[in-house]
Amino acid sequence: MPNLTLKKRRPVWYNLSPLALPLPGWASIFHRISGVVLFFGLFWLLYLLDTSLQSPESFERYKAAVSHPLAKLVLLGIIWAYLHHIFAGIRYLMHDLHVGDQLPAARKSAGAVFIVSLALTAIIGVAIW
Amino acid sequence: MVNRVLVGAHYGLGSWMIQRFSALVMIIYTVIVLVAVAVQPPRDHATWKALFSQGWMRAATLLFFVSLLLHAWVGMRDVFMDYAKPTAVRVMLELAVILALVACGGWAVQILWRA
Repeated sequence: MPNLTLKKRRPVWYNLSPLALPLPGWASIFHRISGVVLFFGLFWLLYLLDTSLQSPESFERYKAAVSHPLAKLVLLGIIWAYLHHIFAGIRYLMHDLHVGDQLPAARKSAGAVFIVSLALTAIIGVAIW
Repeated sequence: MVNRVLVGAHYGLGSWMIQRFSALVMIIYTVIVLVAVAVQPPRDHATWKALFSQGWMRAATLLFFVSLLLHAWVGMRDVFMDYAKPTAVRVMLELAVILALVACGGWAVQILWRA
């Protein structure tokens, strides 16, 4: 009979920082955050679509509303959320098809999601300012 | 071997499918709108309105909104399941989201068919 009380001394590792996420973890949590941002952004975007389509007068109101710097900033935040959510989402759809779901590729694509969505947001930001 | 089905009616699979199919519809719609706007940049109210008063665009936008509402429901429900542990709180939040999304759906239909 082996001695079952004999315990191997294993190293104990406590993760003291739950925020020390690997890159795919950051892509994941921001996918969730951007999703919630888009849920709340939906109401304002519907309001904008409504005023932009209703009449020529309301179209002018829409233009005035989105030309305010604060509105542009919020819009840019929503645009970033949309871009990050869509690119991270496409990444997940690829993973479902087992495309790029190995760790090295998944790390690279997670980084690419951040770079592409932030770069596009910056370009759009420059364009609308 | 004991074969027992321990879990219920595959509700999870349904949500999983909804999330992915609605995502595909929204990705395709996003590309369509980007192409439409690139081909004929809407300069004023008349051209912007003309884009949305075409039959196919109305249908595509309606499909987009249906997908969006389903997608947002599954997503928000998942978030509540993770963070809103007390059942009463979670059900209230879920109810609020359902009401808000159904209202948004009605609003979207109004916007589209008035345009």
